[in-house]
Amino acid sequence: MMSTKTKKSVEVKLDFNKWGYVAAPESTDHIRLEKKYGHFINGEFVAPSSGKYYTTYSPSTEKALAEVAKGDAKDIDKAVKAARGAYNKVWKKMPASERGKYLFRIARMIQERARELAVIETMDGGKSIRESRDIDVPLAAAHFFYYAGWADKLDYAFPNRKPESLGVAGQIIPWNFPLLMAAWKIAPALACGNTVVLKPAESTPLTALKLAEIIRDSGLPPGVVNIVNGFGDAGAALVNHPDVNKIAFTGSTDVGKLIQKATAGTGKKLTLELGGKAANIVFDDAPLDQAVEGIINGIFFNQGHVCCAGSRLFVQEGIAEKLIRKLKDRMETLIVGDPLDKNTDIGAINSREQLDKINHYLKVGKEDGAEMWQSSCAIPSKGYFCRPTLFLNASQSHRIVQEEIFGPVLAIQTFRTIEEVIEKANNTPYGLSAGVWTDKGSRIFNMTNKLRAGVVWANTYNKFDPTSPFGGYKESGFGREGGLHGLSAYLKM
Amino acid sequence: MSKLDFSNTPNIDQVSVEERVARLNTRSIKKAAKVQGLKLALNMIDLTTLEGKDTAGKVRQMCYKAMHPHDELEGLPTVAAVCVYPTFVGLAKKELGNSGVKVASVATAFPSGQSTRDIKIKDTKFAVDNGADEVDMVISRGEFLAGNYNYVFDEIAEVKAACGAARLKVILETGELSTLDNVRRASEIAMRAGADFIKTSTGKIQPAATQPVTLVMLEAIRDYYYETGIMIGMKPAGGISTAKSALNYLVMVNETLGNAWMSNQWFRFGASSLANDILMQLAKEASGIYQGPEYFSKD
Repeated sequence: MMSTKTKKSVEVKLDFNKWGYVAAPESTDHIRLEKKYGHFINGEFVAPSSGKYYTTYSPSTEKALAEVAKGDAKDIDKAVKAARGAYNKVWKKMPASERGKYLFRIARMIQERARELAVIETMDGGKSIRESRDIDVPLAAAHFFYYAGWADKLDYAFPNRKPESLGVAGQIIPWNFPLLMAAWKIAPALACGNTVVLKPAESTPLTALKLAEIIRDSGLPPGVVNIVNGFGDAGAALVNHPDVNKIAFTGSTDVGKLIQKATAGTGKKLTLELGGKAANIVFDDAPLDQAVEGIINGIFFNQGHVCCAGSRLFVQEGIAEKLIRKLKDRMETLIVGDPLDKNTDIGAINSREQLDKINHYLKVGKEDGAEMWQSSCAIPSKGYFCRPTLFLNASQSHRIVQEEIFGPVLAIQTFRTIEEVIEKANNTPYGLSAGVWTDKGSRIFNMTNKLRAGVVWANTYNKFDPTSPFGGYKESGFGREGGLHGLSAYLKM
Repeated sequence: MSKLDFSNTPNIDQVSVEERVARLNTRSIKKAAKVQGLKLALNMIDLTTLEGKDTAGKVRQMCYKAMHPHDELEGLPTVAAVCVYPTFVGLAKKELGNSGVKVASVATAFPSGQSTRDIKIKDTKFAVDNGADEVDMVISRGEFLAGNYNYVFDEIAEVKAACGAARLKVILETGELSTLDNVRRASEIAMRAGADFIKTSTGKIQPAATQPVTLVMLEAIRDYYYETGIMIGMKPAGGISTAKSALNYLVMVNETLGNAWMSNQWFRFGASSLANDILMQLAKEASGIYQGPEYFSKD
């Protein structure tokens, strides 16, 4: 418990939410979902070779949304053959400026169908419509626009190095940003002249399949992009397929390690974007109210299902009491519930399995002796939801500090000196991202040099832009996505 | 007693403040929540006329409007107060009678504040002696920008003493303060010197009230409350003319300070044309159709 006996601090409390905002749900009337989705191979939707389908559910209502083809090694082989054929016959030979035009067209079509994509993303994945509408979908379009511009300028990106495409790229993406991750993967691969076989996460396949419709309607030559649905075995078949030149994976560190083993010695080029346990560091001269917003955005964005989430908060001791009080009051204003409601801040946890994992860590945190605090908000009785949670008095050796929870759970530690916080921030197997909050510019540069993280945000958090490279140190992976750096992962030079 | 040091007040990050405002503006206020919010906003208005050409006739008509915003709609509140120059306080007081609508008077050489201390005190006392319930003073921006923070502090404290029982609103004139750091600093000075309300603007300088400035002031009020348990009111003034933007301001108050501030005891809008836009929206909520602007009296 933070000491409350200091100074003349009066027992005063703020209360919120007397003025209840009436629910403002986004309409789903305009959404067209097929009953059954096949794989997207060679420019058309095809039934799985096994004939097997699985159901994708909405995590906020627990209702079935669609049946989706369950891919296996045969489907993967078919898709890789289609990708190889398109690469050799069409895509490799096409003038780069023409490749760019297709990407521009896909970007525009994503914008045109933005509302539909946002609603489906929210239905299938559980994230709030505010985020899918304002972040996921616009950023997905922005990635296509950005890489479309590079397609015919690769020689300028890498002067005198004669960049060439790799061939067929196998891409496996996670469930936390289904459409955005598909865009991150597909756009640079195509811009560099490769063809693609993409496997979406099993719990969130629908927006990738909508993207497949867009790709088909854009007139992109058949086979340039192929999408095979399914589970881990389909992913493994893709990783192990002998005719794939490149694997790009975003997901858990455990699976990333398996993929690295599987691709070792095969000559396949590999990029991995894995887990994280980012330090978000607040110094005593920071603009506190704005830092609170950054902390909220850092850990509660997308229910905390973010590999770069600021899940470890380090607060300089002199301001800890004040900051935590502000943070708690801010958390009381967060609205948790129906993700389709435009006022919802925190939507549904992506799956029952993930909710169980988060609840397990809540138990572990308490057992290890950290003090748990949750906002008093109501949560729906149906669907998978978790109140925004703090752990106070967390220690470096607590499991909630060491392990990635991937939920709306923030572990708070205090620090005294700059050396101490750098050591603690770096004392993790991960190294994807970090945040620094201070009014002092020189301190920011000092910190960014010493933090072992691929991305360091200063006085902001979870800021994404296609022009900026993103990727990790240590067990958070290797290779960069986004920006100029994101091109080199899809080229041989 | 040693002087308070205002050279080192909390830092403000402008970019993040603007992002926070943008996020608050994504709140969707519909149906019952909208009606409730609009009525509350109407009840928070300081209906204002502060022109060189003000006359008794103008003030009289505005006072009637303050008490009867739109009699065709049932269940409407009055506005909170009328805001006039000191010379019209006596008249306004008489017109408003026991309606509950307060009389607020600007004072202290409004709007520039460029006068001597004793004239400012006399100005204040004149307004209070004529029956002003509230005094809206301006701070000396020149002294503030010259770094004479304690001059500004002392002046506010003296005006507060001259107010007696009248509540004091301190106008920072944020359009002349240039940075959000300065807005925060001026807020600290005003609250600690005895302000009952802090207020953004005179309405005579552009920009007048903005959401980022208001958010920074609300956060200053929150910190002062955390520290002392004392509530300070907030009044954005100037430039808020639509019902939609009034709701955006209310969302900011609701999610920064919470329930306790959601009344005209603690939050006001300084505005002249806002009332009619709110009335138009309320009439639309009641009847389902928009009426033209000529159906609402322009006093």
